[in-house]
Amino acid sequence: MPSIAEQLPHFLTYYNVEFLLKAALTTLALSLSGCVFGFVLGFAIAILRETRMLMLLPFRVVSVVFVEVFRRIPFLVTLFLVFYACQVLSFDVSVFIVATISTCIIGAAFLSEVVRTGFDSIPIQEREAAEAMNFTLAQVLTLIVIPQAWRVILPPAFAFFLSFIKDSALASQLGVVELTYSAKVMNNKGFSPVLGFGAALILYFIISYPLARVGLHMEKRLGIPMHRRP
Amino acid sequence: MAFLCIDGLRARYGKLVVLDDVNFSVEKGEIVSLIGPSGSGKSSLLRALIGLLPIETGEIRLDGETIDYRDKQSVRRLRDRLAIVFQQYNLFQNMDVLRNVTLAPTKVKGWPSEECRRQAIQLLEKVGLGEKLHSYPDQLSGGQQQRVALARALALRPEVLLLDEVTSALDPELVNEVLDSIRILAKDGMTMIIVSHEMGFVREVSSRVVMMAAGRIVEAGTPEEIFDNPKNERARDFVSKILHR
Amino acid sequence: MNYTLQFGQVIDHLPYLAGGAWLSLLLATLAFFGGMVIGILGAMAKLFGGRILASLIDGYVVFFTNTPALVQIYFLYFGLPEFGIILPPFDAVLIGMTLNSGAYLTEIQRAGFLSIHRHEVEAAETIGLSQLQTVWYVIIPHIVRTLYPALSNQYILITLGTSMAAIFGVEELTGRALSLNAETFRSIEIFLITAGLYIAVTLAANALLIFTGRYYFRARMRLF
Repeated sequence: MPSIAEQLPHFLTYYNVEFLLKAALTTLALSLSGCVFGFVLGFAIAILRETRMLMLLPFRVVSVVFVEVFRRIPFLVTLFLVFYACQVLSFDVSVFIVATISTCIIGAAFLSEVVRTGFDSIPIQEREAAEAMNFTLAQVLTLIVIPQAWRVILPPAFAFFLSFIKDSALASQLGVVELTYSAKVMNNKGFSPVLGFGAALILYFIISYPLARVGLHMEKRLGIPMHRRP
Repeated sequence: MAFLCIDGLRARYGKLVVLDDVNFSVEKGEIVSLIGPSGSGKSSLLRALIGLLPIETGEIRLDGETIDYRDKQSVRRLRDRLAIVFQQYNLFQNMDVLRNVTLAPTKVKGWPSEECRRQAIQLLEKVGLGEKLHSYPDQLSGGQQQRVALARALALRPEVLLLDEVTSALDPELVNEVLDSIRILAKDGMTMIIVSHEMGFVREVSSRVVMMAAGRIVEAGTPEEIFDNPKNERARDFVSKILHR
Repeated sequence: MNYTLQFGQVIDHLPYLAGGAWLSLLLATLAFFGGMVIGILGAMAKLFGGRILASLIDGYVVFFTNTPALVQIYFLYFGLPEFGIILPPFDAVLIGMTLNSGAYLTEIQRAGFLSIHRHEVEAAETIGLSQLQTVWYVIIPHIVRTLYPALSNQYILITLGTSMAAIFGVEELTGRALSLNAETFRSIEIFLITAGLYIAVTLAANALLIFTGRYYFRARMRLF
């Protein structure tokens, strides 16, 4: 097997580099779309949990179970569950869609908690004062809670997105042609794993590190930490 | 019949009974003060009145109409006529003073915004904050914030104003400005139920004083009766501790 | 839906599946403690070591926290043989996860060390404790109590992370689920039960950590 140095020029062909970069883009697309949909769904769940109507109780129970369950399952298991569920339901979709659905589910579970924490950060007296003045729940949320809560929600939500870019690597197991999968392809093609996986590691780093710096900057600007500090 | 009537009220907070067979009434124009040690149920009574504390048994009648706290419409009508100011963190931090006072009248009552604005400016001037219309709550002192909270409560034109220890969280030098505002309201004839630890103020401004302990009313009467001549032993004990006699 | 759920076959294999949970926990525990050693050393190096050492540790942390653990393990498993080191799957996964956890734990420990208030140390001095006594009786308990929730959380995350070992053929919980799937093809049932087992394991581990925390370390945490 030729040495790594000898392989390098064959590795760094236009075709290979384009392949890897496209895969990196897929990683980003998967992470971004899943997290955005997940945030919307998670936000909806958080709002649902704020309601007190008896009619909505079964939905509230379902959403609590949903959140608590999917926060305690490995992402790989969720991927397989969604994959086989789609099969069983004759839902004929690409693995990318399966992965996006899984991301959306996990995202909703984690982000609904982030949003809830944001809502809880508003002093209860502000909410009680509004309630005592006959504001409806919708008014309390839109006029008072959300305008203040978004600052508390954004850093941890961004942190989740950031960590998800790394978790998306697991989607390679399903066959999604994202960055990790492409590295495996390189490996199978006969290139040294050091080159293939090394390139993947470098590309992940190039995507993740600048975003992490953005997150830190946001932390400083908003004064809210991304992770709960000890 | 009294304007606001409370009969046999009983309420719990979890397992703890916070109100135990409370009978209480308020006439229009009266200023009733609730005094007593911490945990005696004074704040709980106000919270129950405004619908923030679920009632176990008992009846509350406002102007002849019985309030059913399980009926949302009934509670809404009640809150149309009652207003409450809390001990702290009343104001909405994400809007300036003027918007704090105009928000509920425009969004909840649906009154025309120009009228609400005029009313807000008038009320804020009344409590001495006419210069601070566009300040944000975090730019104001505690006393100023509480005065805005008073103006905000008044903007809804309530018939009864509930004040829940509104000066208890303030630095001593800020207490008086808030008490002054309340004095102005008293002079205007506002019906009020005040929970306070400011005994001098209570004595000065109340038409009636009610003393509570352990969720029950222990004694009720005019300020002179309560402070100079308490009949009940518990009341005497409390008064002597508070007034050092 | 022309698929009937048949849990019977899977229930028969429940002991096999549940056995995988033990391996998951073993892997997680080893990776955690290995990572803790790295973490404590790394944190101290960053705080007290020289500029060069701190930068090196920083580089390690930044690299391992900005790249996926899975790819790190792939690199070790497939890449090391190039240099003559052939690792069995379990070992590759363990080393990869240990290095990965070590990076996160370094940051957690560092934050913990920095959380000591000067007043505490001063108070200890004024009472007359020696430096060593201050460390043992004041600083270490404080750090432990402060870090306990974050470390417990990290442990749970690592436990869930062990599922990627299945990709390398390790027969922990997810690995056994995949094997069982290849045998019986009762996919949905298998993964539903596997999910249930992960939830049971994390809840049990969480409860145990909370109780241990309350009684031994006086660190209070909530379950839900």
